[in-house]
Amino acid sequence: MSETKLSESSEVVIRTNKLTKEFIRDEFHVIALKDVNIEIHRGEFVALMGPSGSGKSTLLHLIAAMDKSTGGEIEVLGENLNRLSDTQIAHWRNVHVGFVFQQFNLIPVLTALENVELPLKLTNLKKAERLEHATTALKLVGLGDRLGHFPRQLSGGQEQRVAIARAIVTDPQLILADEPTGNLDAQSADDVLTMLSRLNKEYSKTVVMVTHDPHAAKFATRVRHLEKGELLPEGVTTTA
Amino acid sequence: MAVPVSYNVRNLIVRKTTTIMTALGIALTVAVLLSVMGLVNGLDSALASTGDPLNIMVLRRGSTAELTSVVSRQQYQDIRALPGIARDATGEPLVSLEMVTVIQLASVDAPDGINVNIRGLTQTGIDLRHGLTIQSGGRWFQQGRNEVVVGASIAKRFPAAKLGNTLRFGRSNWKVVGVMDAGQSATNSEIFGDLNLVSADYNRLDFPSSALVRATDAVSAAALVNAIKTDQRLNLDAISERAYYDKQSVSAAPIKFLGGFVAIIMAVGSSFAAMNTMFAAVSRRSKEIGTLRVLGFSRSSILLSFFIESVLLAAFGGLIGCLLVLPLNGLTTGIGNFVTFSETSFALRISPLIMLAGLGFAMLLGALGGFFPARNAATKQILVALREV
Ligand SMILES: Nc1ncnc2c1ncn2[C@@H]1O[C@H](COP(=O)(O)OP(=O)(O)O)[C@@H](O)[C@H]1O
Ligand SMILES: [Mg+2]
Repeated sequence: MSETKLSESSEVVIRTNKLTKEFIRDEFHVIALKDVNIEIHRGEFVALMGPSGSGKSTLLHLIAAMDKSTGGEIEVLGENLNRLSDTQIAHWRNVHVGFVFQQFNLIPVLTALENVELPLKLTNLKKAERLEHATTALKLVGLGDRLGHFPRQLSGGQEQRVAIARAIVTDPQLILADEPTGNLDAQSADDVLTMLSRLNKEYSKTVVMVTHDPHAAKFATRVRHLEKGELLPEGVTTTA
Repeated sequence: MAVPVSYNVRNLIVRKTTTIMTALGIALTVAVLLSVMGLVNGLDSALASTGDPLNIMVLRRGSTAELTSVVSRQQYQDIRALPGIARDATGEPLVSLEMVTVIQLASVDAPDGINVNIRGLTQTGIDLRHGLTIQSGGRWFQQGRNEVVVGASIAKRFPAAKLGNTLRFGRSNWKVVGVMDAGQSATNSEIFGDLNLVSADYNRLDFPSSALVRATDAVSAAALVNAIKTDQRLNLDAISERAYYDKQSVSAAPIKFLGGFVAIIMAVGSSFAAMNTMFAAVSRRSKEIGTLRVLGFSRSSILLSFFIESVLLAAFGGLIGCLLVLPLNGLTTGIGNFVTFSETSFALRISPLIMLAGLGFAMLLGALGGFFPARNAATKQILVALREV
């Protein structure tokens, strides 16, 4: 267990303690996440796997502070997320978290460059600097020649690469991706996974990726499995 | 607070049809409002610029208008003897005895005829009215001749009253020898002729209508008004010329009321249209709202962003509204006056200030219509917003 030793010595980026999320609607209530304890360290590339409905997205949403837990503790980059106000969370997310969606979620009326520039509008950077940063990010994902293209003029793989550029343009420590290859063909999926892996290795970003695709999980440095809202012990896999 | 304004502007441009339809509704509302304001503004300035604060109008006691007033030559002589009256170069007191009556004149938009004021007066009466000019090609009427000078709006709106034409009224034919410009004043809607001839034609040689008196200064003006009113022997009423025309501007009230009423109804309608458009936008862009929140935009940024979008949309409508009414600027029209029974012509005046007010009004509509949709956008839970399609 030398790998665990190494992790323990480095900085903890995500730490949860008995993290629980219940959805209650009328008499119907679902425990999406139950007593989850996980530690993720700086520089790791963790894949969260598990069958559909096992709580993978819910965990990722809690890490990104897009939702509040109903029990337990969660600390990300030293912040206790339960204690931050809405406005503080918004700012925190802008600075520290880059999120990549399965559906890309680009703004259709904005060009690739404008989409990538968007998160920088929340910074003090001047217009020229913002465009420079956005251009650099797009070049990094290999789309330096598509700056003026609108999302509908791009292929799915290209759209997802624009989304990755948008996620990294503020230079966040943490990159979260929810099934980033779910809507892509095999070749584009590999491109995107390679990119995430490069961000992890060359730019030492901490990456947490939800996937149910074992091939995608191979790009990660560590894989954790969820089942029915519970995090399985390290090394234990589900059948799905 | 950072607001992705370019994102909102881009959406307005991309959804051209919706934007234009909503903006048009607001544009029409603003156009109606501006027309009414322009109308009232034109009318107000027509009435307000008639009348000099030093000029006093003398009427029979109990008369509220020149048409129903009688002032005799004897009374005229008595007025001339009062103190505080300005004098001309030859030392004569500046008092103008005038004869006012109405005739029916066919106009461009009323072939059956509209009441128009005829005013018989002397050179003194012309001198008392400042800023009167004769348009080139014409001249003033001469004493003792059946000649008239018509106001600029009369010449413009009544084909029969063109320079060189002959008008028939009283017992004679009157040749139009000049067209007078009186700025914005109500004089533009009158016809001037020789006092003696006009009053004789109506058998009122010794009993014309009114007298216009010029006081030496403001203090004397007030004293003169008082002196005439309280003089039992004279049995006359006096009112400053400015006050006389101000009193008549009450006839603008029905236009103000009706126009305001229509504008308010339209405003409510177009504000709801803006609200509807913005609600649709918020619901269609739900996923984008969720995405913006994930990127770090706060709830208040989202609120402001959609609010601004609505205000911009409405401002665009307001701009179109201004453009729609601009061609109406300066358009001359007439309004029947319930006090004088005659028509006052005036020009619609869309001043820059009025346009600014229209733009402001449009933005207010956008703000009202945009508030609830914007709040709706801002209060969405991120995950709920992202899940909606
Ligand atoms: N907003 C919600 N309301 C009710 N139940 C929800 C909600 N979101 C997720 N769930 C439930 O929580 C469980 C976990 O969902 P999720 O984390 O999306 O699963 P996964 O991403 O692993 O497929 C599922 O049973 C799902 O139905
Ligand atoms: Mg999921």
